[in-house]
Amino acid sequence: MEKTRLGGHYLEKYDEELEAIRNRVLSMGGLVEEQISHAITALGSGDVGLAEEVVQNDMKVNGFEVGIDEQCSQVLARHQPAASDLRFVIAVIKTITDLERIGDQAERVARMALQLARKDRPKNQYADVVSLGERVLAMVHGALDAFARMDVEAAVQVARSDVAVDNDYESIMRQSITFMMEDPRTISRAMDVIWAIRALERIGDHARNMCEYVVYLVKGKDVRHISLDQLEEAALGKKPG
Amino acid sequence: MDGTDTMSQQTTLTHGMGDKLFEGMNRTKLDIAREDICVEVKDLNLYYGQDHALKNVTMQIARHRVTAFIGPSGCGKSTLLRCFNRMNDLIDICRINGEIMLDGSNIYDRGVDVAELRRRVGMVFQKPNPFPKSIYENIAYGLRLQGVKDRKVLDEVVERALKRAALWDEVKDRLNENAFGLSGGQQQRLVIARAIAIEPEVLLLDEPASALDPISTAKIEELIYELKDQYTIAIVTHNMQQAARVSDYTAYMYMGELIEFDDTLSIFTNPARKATEDYITGRYG
Repeated sequence: MEKTRLGGHYLEKYDEELEAIRNRVLSMGGLVEEQISHAITALGSGDVGLAEEVVQNDMKVNGFEVGIDEQCSQVLARHQPAASDLRFVIAVIKTITDLERIGDQAERVARMALQLARKDRPKNQYADVVSLGERVLAMVHGALDAFARMDVEAAVQVARSDVAVDNDYESIMRQSITFMMEDPRTISRAMDVIWAIRALERIGDHARNMCEYVVYLVKGKDVRHISLDQLEEAALGKKPG
Repeated sequence: MDGTDTMSQQTTLTHGMGDKLFEGMNRTKLDIAREDICVEVKDLNLYYGQDHALKNVTMQIARHRVTAFIGPSGCGKSTLLRCFNRMNDLIDICRINGEIMLDGSNIYDRGVDVAELRRRVGMVFQKPNPFPKSIYENIAYGLRLQGVKDRKVLDEVVERALKRAALWDEVKDRLNENAFGLSGGQQQRLVIARAIAIEPEVLLLDEPASALDPISTAKIEELIYELKDQYTIAIVTHNMQQAARVSDYTAYMYMGELIEFDDTLSIFTNPARKATEDYITGRYG
């Protein structure tokens, strides 16, 4: 059953307001993606200017969150949305909370990039961290795309990729511990790396949350705090396999 | 209201408030299959002359729950409500087939005493219709018809009914004044008091608050919450937020058909049918 369109209300203004909210969420998402992308580029290249820009721009992300929240409360007050409209507004309020936190984590990565830029750089130029960053960036992109298209299957797929992010994170973590044990002079740098990968791993978790809201939005099912297999079964109505 | 009632209310407030307030939400979704059924409608068809106004309606009304009927004008919701106490009998061109079981017996069986049926199934309309009598006599009227003459009994019933209808405090000092002197909201609560004075099992409310201001509406809704412990309530409303607020179950009707019937939370957060979704979200299909 198709029940996820925003338009088609007798009251056209209601359509416009919901559409405006959706567009604003996507703009916020675009900015957050850019923040992540710049943060990992800055970390990989040691570009201090770019890292500082990311830190500065976090304010814009916060501004989006406040503005969209305001629009959502206006829609709640004016139209008392029900059914899919209600789920849309709730999903948006939750999605932008996660997007804002993703923004904070991107800022954290940028701050670590600033720290690391002042230190000796490893031969691989933090390629493994950058690769983890690209993975979570793809997750955020996929989650936003699933939201925009209200695509449950895509959301489930993105949620699944969080496993790979966790694996990458574990592997870099183990590697950093090995470096620190072998050569205590690397401790300071390894700690910064750990902070950065921790932030990236958290971004993956937030992206998964966003996917869960897409399932809620489209299917009306709350799939938080359950295993990936259960999520897939609830969202797609079939056993994974 | 006697002491026991007050006490049990307090117990509810201190102990199971969360449970009671949020009954029907989230995991504890209401399930009609697990309810004590008060009224059962089976394959009901109703015709006004050539016009097929109710089409194969089958549904159940759970005891001591509030069931709301929503749908656009002319969808048959009021017609269905009127079937529950055979108000449609008064319309000459109206033909009905099918069954409506009240506590297991068909109210359309031959030999059913319609006056007695209407005592068991009370009704309140959109426009308050007090009798042109005193406040007291409005409530006592039904009992007098039943032959009750004892002044003490009448006094008690009038007080109890007005208290249950949350009107007592506003009218206790002017019981002998004409009921037309009351405000619209008060008149509507008076009519509800009149309906419950004769201890019906079922209360039918046909848009009981649509002519009232928000405060009077809130009082009627509060009354519905209060009354459902003792009565089975069916309400027709055009105000969907009202249906969402007061009811446990919601039936969506369209062009004489029952399109969807489910617990209210499901209807208003995740209806199964697109037609229901379109109606409650204000979309054209």
